[in-house]
Amino acid sequence: MDKVFVFIGGILGIIFTAWFFFGKKDEAVQARSESPEKAEVDILVKGGYQPSTVQIKKNKITTFNFTRQDENSCLEDVILSEFKIKRFLPLGKTVSFEIKPEKTGTFDFSCGMGMFHGKLIVKD
Amino acid sequence: MKTLKKTYSLKGMHCASCVRVIERALKKVDGVLDANVNYASEKAIVTIEERVKDDDILNSVSSVGYQALLANNTSDEEENKEKQKDLVSLRNKVAVSLFFGAIITWGSFPGLSNYAPDLFKNFFFQLLLATPVQFWAGLAFYKATIPALKNRTANMDTLVAIGTSVAYFYSVFVTFFPAILQKFQIEAMPYFDVASVVIGLILLGRFLEAKAKGQTSQAIKKLIGLQAKTARVVRDGKEIDVPIQDVVVGDLIRVRPGEKIPVDGIVTEGDSSIDESMVTGESIPVEKTIKDIVIGATLNKSGTFLYKATKVGSETMLSQIIKLVQEAQGSKAPIQRLADVISSYFVPVVIILSILTFVVWYVFGPTPALVFAILNSIAVLIIACPCAMGLATPTAIMVGTGIGAENGILIKDAQSLEIAHKVNTIIFDKTGTLTHGTPKVTDIVKVQNSKFKIQSDSEILRLAASLEKGSEHSLAEAIVKDAENKKITLDKIDKFKAVPGHGVEGFLKMDKVILGNRKMMEREKVNFKDSEEQIEKLETEGKTVMMIAVKNELIGLIAVADTIKDSAKEAIQILNKMRIQTIMITGDNMRTADAIARSLGISKILADVLPQDKENEVRKIQSQGKVVAMVGDGINDAPALAAADVGIAMGSGTDVAIEAADITLINHDLKSVVKAIILSKKTMRTIKLNLFWAFGYNIILIPVAMGALYPFSGILLNPIFASFAMATSSVSVVTNSLLLKRAKINV
Repeated sequence: MDKVFVFIGGILGIIFTAWFFFGKKDEAVQARSESPEKAEVDILVKGGYQPSTVQIKKNKITTFNFTRQDENSCLEDVILSEFKIKRFLPLGKTVSFEIKPEKTGTFDFSCGMGMFHGKLIVKD
Repeated sequence: MKTLKKTYSLKGMHCASCVRVIERALKKVDGVLDANVNYASEKAIVTIEERVKDDDILNSVSSVGYQALLANNTSDEEENKEKQKDLVSLRNKVAVSLFFGAIITWGSFPGLSNYAPDLFKNFFFQLLLATPVQFWAGLAFYKATIPALKNRTANMDTLVAIGTSVAYFYSVFVTFFPAILQKFQIEAMPYFDVASVVIGLILLGRFLEAKAKGQTSQAIKKLIGLQAKTARVVRDGKEIDVPIQDVVVGDLIRVRPGEKIPVDGIVTEGDSSIDESMVTGESIPVEKTIKDIVIGATLNKSGTFLYKATKVGSETMLSQIIKLVQEAQGSKAPIQRLADVISSYFVPVVIILSILTFVVWYVFGPTPALVFAILNSIAVLIIACPCAMGLATPTAIMVGTGIGAENGILIKDAQSLEIAHKVNTIIFDKTGTLTHGTPKVTDIVKVQNSKFKIQSDSEILRLAASLEKGSEHSLAEAIVKDAENKKITLDKIDKFKAVPGHGVEGFLKMDKVILGNRKMMEREKVNFKDSEEQIEKLETEGKTVMMIAVKNELIGLIAVADTIKDSAKEAIQILNKMRIQTIMITGDNMRTADAIARSLGISKILADVLPQDKENEVRKIQSQGKVVAMVGDGINDAPALAAADVGIAMGSGTDVAIEAADITLINHDLKSVVKAIILSKKTMRTIKLNLFWAFGYNIILIPVAMGALYPFSGILLNPIFASFAMATSSVSVVTNSLLLKRAKINV
């Protein structure tokens, strides 16, 4: 009898795990516009990137403010490879940098080991 | 109007109200558009018009009672400090958890426990030791897991936290309620050793990995360390030592033997021999005299000299190199994409496999099914190592780009480094790349039977030099220089016009004078058939012949020859041995080009190519399925460099950030092209080995941990061994990347 319970419980556990991690839908957060030429976006680094999907405008200088509150050493670097940016994020401090996207598309940003990912959507 | 954003470090701030005072002072400076002062970081970020001098900013800050300095790499110091602190805390946690883990293992491991003191076998004593390991040393795993789960993501720490928690809490249950388990005929045996030793070993792996990872970025630290701290500036006739941040463009700086050159500049007085190896990779000291460029951070060997600073702060060659290397290390190699995709699904898949393992062992496994199910599902969680996959490529790229920088090879991004290993054809631009690019006049020939009565060679030279004075072509420079050396007075030319790839034209009084190659003469309908034999003879000697005509009548020939770089022949020979096809591209005619190509051992020549057509020639060769590298000076060849799969620019002066190039060679040694290709091949080999190991490790050992070998051989993986394997796997990947440092790229 216990084996039946474990079997059913296991199957449900697998379905739940798959749904929990893969069924997540990210809503893109728009960078806030500071002026017609400039925008800014704050990203909290805690168990990943919050928000993890950011929408910015092409040719608009956008300042990214990353604040790491997660002790996980995996998250200590953030890499925006499309823009050749790699920054060390000291714990509890805000690290800012600017980018000016010159083409539209979806670009990845990730931690140093490629375990945590975020998306950067550049639109016209 | 061009604006700049500059960061200054501030000193003397003691309260938040200082922020407003400094901001107000900065905003009052003419040309300052915006000022932002941060009290916490003690920094001012100022948006200024290009014309604003650093001095204006520094003075405005000091006028309100504070001190501003041009910000340098304080963030690197901060990074170092934080990493050092983390390492010490990690080391302590490793020591405590492994010590406690060892005691628990002695008291509980079958066979070993027979020789243990009774106290060590006591479950409550084991609980006492395992608890701090679980919640103090292992706190980082929980701290990373909880926010990640809230975010519906998972990582390496999630696996360790779940795995060790299951072992720990099962053991706590066994310790307090052994009777319940015994009722189900399960031996009341806690697994505190699993929880503690796993945490200890994984932290040990993390400690070793962090230490090794630190070494992968050593190249940047070394470059930053090259910077001089002070400069001896001549101000108001006095020599004073000032901090390097305070040196401004135009400052006259005195450098004595054995001293470091503080910033980039041009020698104005004296001469010396300078060791530039730390920046260019060139081992032989370079002689410098008046008007020569000196590079900041290089070492003055023999003489004392005075020079004028031309580039300071972030503009210096060293700063540009550091920026370029940092950028390259922030880029991603295409080969990493697969590893990235797999890593992002990896952890949830491992959790699913662990649940599956539990179910299969519990339902179908031998007795005690619960113990087998728990231990094997923990082993699956612990052995999985996504870190090795994540570290495989970036660590090798960091070491590879670092070695490049040490050898004067600056790689723009990881993609360039990756493509370079596939290159099978290299096109070399001739002038300035294979040759020194500073040609000299070798022959002046009067044309017989010309209706103009030319008296002497110097008359031809005078006409040619007068015409070429307005041109920027390197051949023109040779002619003008020759005339200057012979002290010939030049005439004034009107309506000067350069025809790219052809020559130049202009008017001397009322007469049209033209100078150029065959194409120029044909264009202007000048008959040169009678001199063809003479021209061909000079061209077979590898000389470039220019014809000069007045009123559409040929009057003379001037032959100019460029000298081949010493390193060219050797580099071509090695490339031929590596079975990489070498091609020379030049605007010269086939005969001149052939003479040079033959002496170098280059088999294929693209002659008579106009500058604007070089790009097409590159594309033509690419369309034959070749992976092409183009080597040029980066200025005239920019479109061809950009079109090639890998554009390699030979740097000139102190400007290293050549936009069109994928790889910039700081020194003028052509063997650096070979070194860059070898470096790319070696780096790629390391990356492939790392990926093979990281993937292979997980693909083989996860099924073993699940118990795939048990039905055939009875082999199961104890979670303690799983954690040992996991710890060694990421360390071995980083160590393999570090081995790249030993790679010999010298040829």
